[in-house]
Amino acid sequence: MIKFIVRRILVMIPQLLLLSLIIFVVAKAMPGDAVTGAFMGNPDVTPERIEEIKEKFGLNDPWYEQYGRWIGKAVQGDLGMSYAHKQKVTSLLAGRVSNTVLLAFFTLVVTYLIAIPLGIIAGRWTDTWADKAIVTYNYFSFATPIFVFALLMLFLFSFVLGWFPSGGSVDIRITEGSWEYVVSKARHLFLPVMSGALLLTYSTIQYLRNDIIDTKLKDFVKTARAKGVPEGKVYTRHILRNSLLPIAAFLGYEITGLIGGSIFIESIFSYPGLGQLFLQSIGTRDFTVVTALVMISGIAVIIGTMLSDIILSIVDPRIRVE
Amino acid sequence: MAKPVLEIENLRTSFNIKGNYYAAVDGVSLTVHENEIIAIVGESGCGKSALALSVMGLHNDKNTKLEGQVNFKEQNLLSLNRSKWNKVRGKDLAMIFQDPLTALNPLSTIGRQIEEPMDYHLNLSSTAKKKRTLELLRRVGIKDEQRIYKQYPHELSGGMRQRVVIAIALACDPIVLIADEPTTALDVTIQAQIMDLMKELQNQIKSGIVLITHDLGVVAEMADRVAVMYAGEVVEIAEVRELFVNPLHPYTRSLLNSIPSNLSDKERLHVIEGIVPSIQNLNRTGCRFAPRIPWVPNDEHEVSPILHEVETGHFVRCTCYKNFHFPEEKVGEPNYVTT
Repeated sequence: MIKFIVRRILVMIPQLLLLSLIIFVVAKAMPGDAVTGAFMGNPDVTPERIEEIKEKFGLNDPWYEQYGRWIGKAVQGDLGMSYAHKQKVTSLLAGRVSNTVLLAFFTLVVTYLIAIPLGIIAGRWTDTWADKAIVTYNYFSFATPIFVFALLMLFLFSFVLGWFPSGGSVDIRITEGSWEYVVSKARHLFLPVMSGALLLTYSTIQYLRNDIIDTKLKDFVKTARAKGVPEGKVYTRHILRNSLLPIAAFLGYEITGLIGGSIFIESIFSYPGLGQLFLQSIGTRDFTVVTALVMISGIAVIIGTMLSDIILSIVDPRIRVE
Repeated sequence: MAKPVLEIENLRTSFNIKGNYYAAVDGVSLTVHENEIIAIVGESGCGKSALALSVMGLHNDKNTKLEGQVNFKEQNLLSLNRSKWNKVRGKDLAMIFQDPLTALNPLSTIGRQIEEPMDYHLNLSSTAKKKRTLELLRRVGIKDEQRIYKQYPHELSGGMRQRVVIAIALACDPIVLIADEPTTALDVTIQAQIMDLMKELQNQIKSGIVLITHDLGVVAEMADRVAVMYAGEVVEIAEVRELFVNPLHPYTRSLLNSIPSNLSDKERLHVIEGIVPSIQNLNRTGCRFAPRIPWVPNDEHEVSPILHEVETGHFVRCTCYKNFHFPEEKVGEPNYVTT
């Protein structure tokens, strides 16, 4: 198993290099750059001055020279300066990564807490009123755009009822480390997490429901019943164990999706995470930040895939790695 | 004759198809005795598997209706609720399934799967269960039982898996064992091995075995008695020698006639024309085999055919057997295949 993980990590290196190259080239191909993004339309800065600044930062060099410089620094842990924020990209990301990871983690936990029981109920008792209610909820959550639903949540629970704060990740007046700090973090997380989770459940519910319906008819379930195994145990020991496999396999991808895909949620709730920063940085052509962010979600994809493989090989003996 | 252990009386199993119930097993009565192998033969779709699953209570309750009686250990199984039925299944009444590739849970070890029925039916410590399981594995002819015990189904060949399926069925010393085409999914050499194993086990355990098959060779080799089923009904029951020597019902005779004899390479394969009607389209009045022997005049059939005991223990349904003969061979007919 350790050998397998080490091998996967070694394979990651060329994958990441290739990814960084593609990202860099694509970022460069965007119209404009950091300097035009910062000074465009500013009458005090003449085009000559812009050219001068570009020359100074090396933005007029051919792309491969720029890439060489960037990757050389990047492997040493230096992702360069953010032009817009006037600080190191690494320190800019540091605080936001933890916010996004926190958001992603709780969204995932809540998603599974809702989706797994509902999927099991719908799959086991198909065509009952409970199943129909769950499937209806699923249609709604699948069809509702996240920005509409998140805005609705924001309007209702923050603006009208005033139960939860409307933005930020923590109340700035509270000192870090205290109990109030934790409570404040949780209160700020609640709406983004719920908005994300309530809509994310559909895939897990649908997968689980369909897989249970499918597994119920398998021969080994008949074998289990023929052994005299009580119905409840037939589900827990035989059907669910098999039906949870695809969900386990999907876990890695879900994590990836959440790390990279929280743009809407973070923007709507002004939650200072990576997604929100990503949107801002594209607007200001702050491409050192953009490349760093895309690299992070790239790494998340690769790690997520690896995680899925590891989880699957633990739960499924058929693909166990020796 | 030995004492009866399982008595099926007038069993009718109906399935719900678009709101209507159609009987796949239509009034079957059958007695299984201790230490006896009774074979049930018939074409695909004649209701033999539906019969087995009915006795085990493995049909989906929602769209299945069971009528009649299945008397086993002084109780009618059909009147039991789920949890009482679970006390019988896997203990005194066990089943061997058709396809060993799908009959085992892919995520459990072989050992666990054989021990599972013991969890519910026998009060044994885990070491005792393991000991018993290893012994069962040896009994079904698995030599390195310590290794197999820890393995998963995908690591075993089809024949090995079928041995494991048999070991599961034997886990709690069943009184009656139902084997639903236990060799259909295996290749021919393995089939012979599994059949030898079953015969050998039968000598040891003395339980009654219901062997469902469409392989008449297997029947001749294994069975003590044979019930021939057609379209949900038993059309003939007899001792195995009697049935092969003196088959009476036109269907039985057609089946036996369909076995290639190997005597000459110019022999034409016999074909029973037509197909088994589906349960929705089945005409349930009169002789059900009549449409497939159209040359037999109508008045040869009974209006409502019943089983006639023509000799002790030899029953035949309908009267059409009396003057039955196959039509003259029609050379050049497309239905006859020249080998």
